[in-house]
Amino acid sequence: MSELLAIRGAEVRFGPVAALRGLDLSVRAGEVVGLLGHNGAGKTTTMKLALGLLRPQSGSVRLLGADPAGPEGCRARARVGFLPENVSFYEMLTGREVLRYLARLKGRPAAEADRLLEQMGLAHAADRRVRTWSKGMRQRLGLAQALLGRPALLLLDEPTVGLDPMATAELYATIGRLRAAGAGVVLCSHVLAGIERHIDRCVIVGHGRVLAAGTLEELRARARLPIRVRVRGRWSEPPLQGLGEGEGVVARRINGHQLELDVAPERKLAVLRALASEPGVEDLDVRPPGLETLYAHFDAMLHRGPHGEGA
Amino acid sequence: MRALAAIAAKELRDGLRNRWALSIALGLAVLALVIAWFGPAASGKVGFASLGATVVSLASLAVFLVPLVALLLGYEAVVGEAERGTLLLLLAYPVSRGLLLAGKFAGHALLLAAAVAVGLGGAALALAATGAAEAEGFWPAFARLVGSTVLLGWAFLALAYALSAGAREKGRAAALALAAWLGLVLVYDLVLLGALVAAAGRIPAWLFEALLVANPADAFRVLNLGGEAAKEALGGLGGVARGAALSPALLVAVLLAWTALLLGLAFWRFVRRPV
Repeated sequence: MSELLAIRGAEVRFGPVAALRGLDLSVRAGEVVGLLGHNGAGKTTTMKLALGLLRPQSGSVRLLGADPAGPEGCRARARVGFLPENVSFYEMLTGREVLRYLARLKGRPAAEADRLLEQMGLAHAADRRVRTWSKGMRQRLGLAQALLGRPALLLLDEPTVGLDPMATAELYATIGRLRAAGAGVVLCSHVLAGIERHIDRCVIVGHGRVLAAGTLEELRARARLPIRVRVRGRWSEPPLQGLGEGEGVVARRINGHQLELDVAPERKLAVLRALASEPGVEDLDVRPPGLETLYAHFDAMLHRGPHGEGA
Repeated sequence: MRALAAIAAKELRDGLRNRWALSIALGLAVLALVIAWFGPAASGKVGFASLGATVVSLASLAVFLVPLVALLLGYEAVVGEAERGTLLLLLAYPVSRGLLLAGKFAGHALLLAAAVAVGLGGAALALAATGAAEAEGFWPAFARLVGSTVLLGWAFLALAYALSAGAREKGRAAALALAAWLGLVLVYDLVLLGALVAAAGRIPAWLFEALLVANPADAFRVLNLGGEAAKEALGGLGGVARGAALSPALLVAVLLAWTALLLGLAFWRFVRRPV
């Protein structure tokens, strides 16, 4: 099975409100897909669709090769881990009781629940009621339950909310290990900072549609956003001759010895060569547009209307 | 099936841990004893009077109390998990909605049966200690009372599930459960009796019988008040019911059918419930 999750042209309406309008999403083994979009973009609806909790009005959904809303899909969920947004548990049970209960629902031994508690650094609190746990601890318990049964597909809805930087780093390390072991991961997030190093592909959604999808390089190529070059050095006259200012290059003077250039992608090498051969230039810092810039770009295209795509 | 057992075991454990089952059993036992002991006070004496009078008194207690207890136990079953956010999590597991509902119901039904058996059984043991068990048919009468009370409880538990599966909020499910209790346990009987009196015998027997089994609480009343042991102590509907051609087996079947029907309704509503 090449595709762990395949959603094609899914439309979901809640009464008059269209939550998804022809959404496509595909996840293969061994890849981490970032499902990015602001609140209300349709991320959680997509998760519910993948789990068979919703049926699309049109379009198709396959989860591990099965219809997730049917009996086969129900069995397929034994190999799927899901972390809901703002996960909550039985407050009156202890962490160990919660995880052992969920392990039994997945047909896993209690020992696996105990091992995951250990692995998530929750062993010290495992026998206290969840009611007394902090947000970060609950989030880690949520992650622990998603990892029950070594899932082939992991659906994580805003997994870093409530985690401190250390726990976030551990989360990404865990995701990296699962990917290396061949699992597919969907990472839903509206927090873009720091996520790009951990995802193989992004799917940017807005208003129930895919605004853009692909690797970061592919998105950069499509967006054709300028590359930012910072130049530092000693000069009496800024080294702008021969750079073709105005033809794909916009320059800003920051101060007497720093310059910032926005360079069109196809002019990048020419500009860098010219700058490198300037005697006054001491340092160059080249920054391709980041995920946040790309997201803002594709999101702005949505607001410019459906025909803004060709720009 | 392991998942079903796990879900049922969790509900059972929750009910035992928060002392719900214990309080219900104790409350039922104490009330049963008080009623059995002081029930005959109106006739100028206290203590175990006759088996018939005791069974009728306890059945009247059960028909008020047990439906309320069952509704309170079950009204949160679906809507409570939904509000807590655990429903979304559970349904992402390899557990179908039908299995989840069946597992929860099995756990609650066992819990309720245990509370009723311990409560009424405890009262029976206490009465037996005073020598009441020498009355002929004491144990069979109590076994029948416990069994029919459990069936009554299950029918109302299934009703609570049906309300819970369709309710948007917990508060709404609770209000509906309370209304159902008032309507089925208190109002229905009054209206039926009133109609019977007002119609002055013009209501055909088949219609009257149909109206009796259309409410699980009345099916329970007829089952217990129409029994042999109760013949000597009649009142209200019991007297009317004695003439009705409703066999105990039919009434038991009616209670079971109500449970199955309402549980089916709960399932139907749960499957259509958005998560």
